[in-house]
Amino acid sequence: MNSQLKWKFIFIVLVILFCIFGVVGMPSFPTSRAQLKDNLADRIKLGLDLKGGSHLVLQVQVDEAIGQRCDQTVDQLNKQLHEKNIIVGEIRRSSDTQILVLNVDPATSAAFRDLITNQFPDWSMAPAAGQVNGYQLDMKPSVVAALRHDTMDQSLETITRRINALGLTEPTIAFTGRGDNEILVQLPGEGDPTRAKSVIQAGGQLALNRVADDQPYPSEAAALASHGGVLPPGTEIVPGRSEGNSPGQPGQQVYYVLDRAPIVTGQDLRSATTSPSTNYPGQYQVDFKLSTAAAARFGPFTEANVGRRMAIVLDHKVYTAPTINSKIEDSGLIEGNFSQETAQDLALVLRAGALPASIKYLEERTVGPSLGADSIREGVRASIGSLIVVMIFLVIYYRLSGVNAVVALILNLVILVAFMAYAGAVLTLPGIAGVILTIGMGVDSNVLVFERIREELRNGKANASAVELGFDRAFLTIIDTHVTTIVSAIFLFLFGTGPVRGFAVTLVIGLLANVFTSIYVSRAIFDYHLSHMERQAQLSI
Amino acid sequence: MEFFKGVNVDWMGKAKYFVALSLTLLAIGWISILRAHGLRYGIDFTGGTLVYVRFAGPPPIDQIRKGLENAGLHDSSIQGITDISNAGTQNDVVIGLEKKGMEENDESLDAGKQAILDVLHKMFGSDTAGKQDFNSITPSALTAYLTEKDPLSLGVNAGDRYKQLAQQLTNTRDADHGGIVTSFDQLKNAGATQSVLNALSAGFSLGNFTIRDVEIVGPKVGAQLRRQALWATLYALGGMLVYIAIRFEWVYGAAAVIAVFHDVLITLGFFSLFHYEISLTVIAALLTLVGYSMNDTIVIFDRVRENLRLMRRETLPVIVNRSINQTLSRTILTSGLTFLTVLVLFIMGGEVLRAFSFAMVVGVVVGTYSSFGIAAPIVVVWNKYRGQGASIRAGSAADKRVAAEARR
Repeated sequence: MNSQLKWKFIFIVLVILFCIFGVVGMPSFPTSRAQLKDNLADRIKLGLDLKGGSHLVLQVQVDEAIGQRCDQTVDQLNKQLHEKNIIVGEIRRSSDTQILVLNVDPATSAAFRDLITNQFPDWSMAPAAGQVNGYQLDMKPSVVAALRHDTMDQSLETITRRINALGLTEPTIAFTGRGDNEILVQLPGEGDPTRAKSVIQAGGQLALNRVADDQPYPSEAAALASHGGVLPPGTEIVPGRSEGNSPGQPGQQVYYVLDRAPIVTGQDLRSATTSPSTNYPGQYQVDFKLSTAAAARFGPFTEANVGRRMAIVLDHKVYTAPTINSKIEDSGLIEGNFSQETAQDLALVLRAGALPASIKYLEERTVGPSLGADSIREGVRASIGSLIVVMIFLVIYYRLSGVNAVVALILNLVILVAFMAYAGAVLTLPGIAGVILTIGMGVDSNVLVFERIREELRNGKANASAVELGFDRAFLTIIDTHVTTIVSAIFLFLFGTGPVRGFAVTLVIGLLANVFTSIYVSRAIFDYHLSHMERQAQLSI
Repeated sequence: MEFFKGVNVDWMGKAKYFVALSLTLLAIGWISILRAHGLRYGIDFTGGTLVYVRFAGPPPIDQIRKGLENAGLHDSSIQGITDISNAGTQNDVVIGLEKKGMEENDESLDAGKQAILDVLHKMFGSDTAGKQDFNSITPSALTAYLTEKDPLSLGVNAGDRYKQLAQQLTNTRDADHGGIVTSFDQLKNAGATQSVLNALSAGFSLGNFTIRDVEIVGPKVGAQLRRQALWATLYALGGMLVYIAIRFEWVYGAAAVIAVFHDVLITLGFFSLFHYEISLTVIAALLTLVGYSMNDTIVIFDRVRENLRLMRRETLPVIVNRSINQTLSRTILTSGLTFLTVLVLFIMGGEVLRAFSFAMVVGVVVGTYSSFGIAAPIVVVWNKYRGQGASIRAGSAADKRVAAEARR
């Protein structure tokens, strides 16, 4: 064997060793069959359709956040106009990004315009269409875009914190990249995503407000009526929870009149934990502690309002409205018919922070673990079946050269699996189909070469030259055929979702490895065989 | 052993038979699509809810249907699934809700699924006396229960040990028993001692069903996926057209693309005939067989190009015939082997991949004969129509290399 061939074989052996280590695991080389299975399972990442798990696509309602910013601006504008004594007829929000200010007193309109230009730089001002003395304020597109971006980022972070706090294995939380404010959440191993879904979707906005009227009202109309039809300034009507505070007690929808500005919000929390409820045995409660800065506000507030009621508002619903019995510095509790799990989930959500906008689910797929196990079993069975069929055929049809092709095929699969293990590529059920296709289509390369060799031998060429011609002539065709399939697979990858991407990845890697094995490795084996053959002997092909 | 020594078939002469075959298949398929069965789109494209349920024994489908109706789910469908790779057991059922009108209303995405689960629990669950259903419990909930009851008397810090045990128990349930355990004794193999089994039977009942799979796709996502699938296909076809136009002449590219189109259309016809559903994985199969059919066509065109240089005095139909005959061995072998592998996949690969492998099985056969039956004749007819002799653009580096080798 000449030295060039020797180096070829050394290279090939190194590749094989590298791959075997990649597949069975370097740190702890397996010593038993069970450990081999474990190592294999560890090294190869399984997709949700093989492992079981949940796949959720949710959409952040970004427009809510934008609308909220608009509302806040209306409030600020009201205050500022009042302070500066600028008289206007009406201020109202006309869309998520537009505010209409109508009937501006012409005497103060210059001051109004100055105010907008100086104090509200995020808004562009223009005369309102068809309105004398009216202006329309539009949120600048760059501001809208920045707000969208920030809302998405904050939502992603908050959801990530919440899911991590649930302690699930290796979740995936990311933007889908499909545009339109979507986030993808994958929870491997979670056969029932119900709890995760409610934790993700929970608004999580906590606020403590002083109750303006001590008694709740049975309806909004009643609340308004008791104030002569107009709420006192700085207050708002907030519904209570419609469930009762103990199991079996039917809830009545009540309405509270609260001070609009909260004393303390969820951002002031230092911690949130759960404990069995002191007032309602059998239930649980959420205990929270405030930060020092918030405590500095809360202490004086409670001291000044002993005997009044304080509403604990969660996601714009009053959970409880206990009476302040004495000064409270920095702690509080939330009750509301919580089981241990729902209390823990609420504490988790409070710790992780509130979502800036609400969430809508767009897609939910849950593969149960039994289906995953079945899929693996059937996929592996089909792979082995097709491998055996192909191997038998190759050996029968091409005799010893068939063995060459089989070796190349097996090496092809080993490289494929090893590459996926090293790259952390995910194996899905269509991915297993991709492996089977690699077997079927990969054999094509060998067939192309062997048929060419047979042809050249028929034309009277000598063994060595027939082999050389076979490989050379077939090379371009092999490249051509692989390129077209790889092009398909690339587009599949770009446009496909999880399982389909797994298919594209396996197919591409398999075909690339196939080029290596069918050309480089097969050729090396042929060369070795030829160098040990007698000149006149017939090539077994 | 060699199958195809010295073959000499007049393929171009026989082209009309292939075209006739194609037209027949196309007609049958598309009559089925347009007039009879239509094309079934999977939930990926239509949106909706699908719940796959496995029962301990053959399920009473009519009863379930009535139960769903009574719960107000009027647009529900329920179908039994026969698993042909598992000796035809019929314990599986798929319940679907169409939800076409679920545009932007406030109903949450999984309202349909919850409704279906409620019906199933009422009819088949056994939440007897506050016991949970072992067949639907998750490993984490099982860990919590075992840690609380502590049947192995391990004390307070046994969390990890019970986590492992819970995982083993659920794995046995799922992998060995298809998700439904009918008696706790079946868990003996999972390392459950008698005390563990006692604790389990004290706290759990054994429900008659388990949820295998849930798919809920909102209508907006469905429209998005449809668009994506279409774009992927168009881009792939475009990319290949460009590639072939560069490697050969544009008429070869056009012929190849027409042949591939023809393959996809016939495959879709077969989908309609045999009631298979078009899902995202089926689109993947279609794109793959587009690539595969191109392969086949390219191999023949490659040989045609080589022979054009070697056989300068022959007419194009003769050259094309010779090229096909020379590559016939390889074509039949590769298609045969690929066909065998996807056939194995179709038979042994399980329900989930059934439609995918069906597309591949049909596609491989059609894609193979379309190369010499459709693509090659198009090139020949085009050249005859133009009145030219055999001509091909000589210029790419690859062509020069082939020419140089031919002179060697």
